[in-house]
Amino acid sequence: MDQTCLIKKFILSCSFILSLLPAWTQRDSSFFRRVQDDSLSSAMNMDAVYNRPFLALGKSPVAVGGYLEGNYQYAVEDGVSEGHQLEARRLTLFISSSVGRRMKFLSEIEFEEGGREINIEFAALDVEFHPLLNLRSGIVMNPIGAFNQNHDGPKWEFVDRPYSATQMLPATWSNAGFGLFGKYYQKQWMFAYECYLTGGFDQSIIENEENKTFLPAAKQNPHRFEEISSGRPLLNGKIATRHKKIGEIALSYMRGIYNTFEADGLVVDQARRLDVLAIDYQRQFPKWHTQITAEWAWIQVDIPDTYTQQFGGKQQGGYLDIVQPIYRKAIGSWSNPSINLACRLEYVDWNNETFRETGGKIGDELWSIMPGISFRPNPQSVFRLNYRYRQQKDLLGNPPALMAAVLFGFSCYF
Amino acid sequence: MKRVNYLLSITFMASILLLSCKKIFPTAPEASETLDGPIEGLSPEENKRFLAGDAAFARAFTPATGLGPGFVATSCISCHAGDGKGHPSTSLIRFGQVDGTGNMYLDRGGPQLQNRAIPGFSPEQIPDGAHFSTFLPPANAGLGYLDFVSDADILALADPTDANGDGISGVPNWIDLPAFLNPRPGSVSQNGKYIGRFGKKAAAYNLLHQTVNAYNQDMGIVSTYVPIDPYTGNLLDPEVTNQEVEDLVFYLHTLKAPSPRSIENSSRAKQLFEDVQCAACHLPKMKTGDSPIQALSNQTFYPYTDLLLHDMGPGLDDHYTEGQALTSEWRTPPLWGLGLSPIAQGGSYFLMHDGRARSIEEAILYHGGEAQNSRQLYEALPTSDKELIIRFLKSL
Repeated sequence: MDQTCLIKKFILSCSFILSLLPAWTQRDSSFFRRVQDDSLSSAMNMDAVYNRPFLALGKSPVAVGGYLEGNYQYAVEDGVSEGHQLEARRLTLFISSSVGRRMKFLSEIEFEEGGREINIEFAALDVEFHPLLNLRSGIVMNPIGAFNQNHDGPKWEFVDRPYSATQMLPATWSNAGFGLFGKYYQKQWMFAYECYLTGGFDQSIIENEENKTFLPAAKQNPHRFEEISSGRPLLNGKIATRHKKIGEIALSYMRGIYNTFEADGLVVDQARRLDVLAIDYQRQFPKWHTQITAEWAWIQVDIPDTYTQQFGGKQQGGYLDIVQPIYRKAIGSWSNPSINLACRLEYVDWNNETFRETGGKIGDELWSIMPGISFRPNPQSVFRLNYRYRQQKDLLGNPPALMAAVLFGFSCYF
Repeated sequence: MKRVNYLLSITFMASILLLSCKKIFPTAPEASETLDGPIEGLSPEENKRFLAGDAAFARAFTPATGLGPGFVATSCISCHAGDGKGHPSTSLIRFGQVDGTGNMYLDRGGPQLQNRAIPGFSPEQIPDGAHFSTFLPPANAGLGYLDFVSDADILALADPTDANGDGISGVPNWIDLPAFLNPRPGSVSQNGKYIGRFGKKAAAYNLLHQTVNAYNQDMGIVSTYVPIDPYTGNLLDPEVTNQEVEDLVFYLHTLKAPSPRSIENSSRAKQLFEDVQCAACHLPKMKTGDSPIQALSNQTFYPYTDLLLHDMGPGLDDHYTEGQALTSEWRTPPLWGLGLSPIAQGGSYFLMHDGRARSIEEAILYHGGEAQNSRQLYEALPTSDKELIIRFLKSL
């Protein structure tokens, strides 16, 4: 029986048990208790994995949670549309527990596209020796940029994830590994760090059907939780600082060898390195409650000299989200709703180089603007209506393909 | 509760408004401003095949799916963006043949240089002493029409002895057919050779011939048609199915012909084109014979080529050839869609067989040999007439 089958069985069993819980709780309405989120004043992006609305199971040390998101979209590219589409995009389940004193376990399992893809996105044991010194081991969400760790649908005002986080960086990129993290508080300031050694990328980032250097292709490797393709772990670190008035700014970096350069003790290729640097920033302005989230990443990949220029050695991209609440008063029985205007600006350049033959700039880039409006009956759920306009150029920089889409969706923690 | 209804109503209305406003969605470019898309009149079944072929055209190969070890590109679309002409970064090099006796370097990587290689392998090098030529990928638009012109019509255009005394003596390229090809009904044969019509030297017989060679020589993909890997010389299992190859050939057959643009259609421009003898080789009108694709049967079309070889003079002689062509002979390239070349070449012109001409006028001025007289007639025109001809060429 292959590993996917085993994982499916495990997940179905968990789902079955979870599905029985409501029947039990009908007899005991106090069984589920909403676990309070970390206070916003002390939470940083790195805390996103725990900063979720869990439900505690009675007096047990286990808490569960998750979220569901679905959407409708109608997109037209250069006058051609695939028609109206309804997507059950993802269902994610969290299970956390206190294993012992200063020991926590959390797992996040995601079903995408109606169960066609099932991924363990996070499953790690955290042991706290000191607030500045925690050990994390298991399947770790690599801290690169802001979105990778803080990707829950209900936290965002946009139906789609950022292109730079899904098509350049691999969104929800996680690997088997271990490392240290910690936080330090000093008056208005917070400082945090994370540092891990994890599994890494593989040759698929330059051998894929996207026909470009494409880091997300490594997510399709079914062996990445048990075998590092290069035999060298990926080094991944992040430092972040937050001030209550300035916001949170972070620098993250990962590097590693991505290709199999030795097999059975024989050299079969030269070792090729990959480096990723990202900067991210988040702030909420207190007066108008305006939120800004921005992320930019640079990627450098050692591409074989013998390869086609189709595969870029340098990439860059990012996004800027601005969210402005315009209504924050009680509506009927909803005591804490909000209506928000939002806009996302995005840019990705998959090949930030020049042609050897002509010296001209290589294309393979896109930009997109996505205004939207969202309605949050409460902070845990969101209904959002977005309009996306995108221009995407091919490798040669020919006139761009124009795409526009209307997207309506919901996302809700449960 | 009123507020909720109010908000939901606003959201609903906004959604309806967005969806009902067509202006928020990009419209399709004018047919005359693109080179891709199918010919009109295909049946639903043929449309399905066209889409399957389109997918095959866009398919990117990897080492796991057969790419290489030596290759030039990873997919068809890499070299023919938007079904238009290629760019210098996607050009290929052929070497090793100087006359009709064949390629002397087949055992050293000829005829085509696999100038790229998958990790762990080295790209090929041009052997010392081998003459070579750089070929820019051609546009794909309208290829099906050219494939169904009858041999008799092509031969009728040939004038090997320059019997009409105009200094132009087009000849067909007589080539050997590979074993997997069956001659078209009505094909003309000469000493066991047949008329080639595709490629810079007209060395490919039909689109199947062109396609399986491109799979093999450009991407290192072997098929049942050509099962030998060009890099290693080994006999391999097929890396692409016959169905996929056939779908791709169907796609190429059914790509629409470039639509004339309205930027210049005056009779004066057409007359000038005739007067300076451009039309002697760049023949405006041709017709197809019978075709298994109904929409291509017995159609009149306007490719501006005669599908024949012409001596273009020493300036364009790379001392490399294919089939029976002389090294200075090139097949007349179709001029239709010429004005749209920049939309597939990154915004610039790269014309002639190797992209050396950066404008249409520059391309005209590279003409020599049989076209020497035509070039001189063009050079003697007043500037306004030259501009008229250039605009006419951009409108084709």
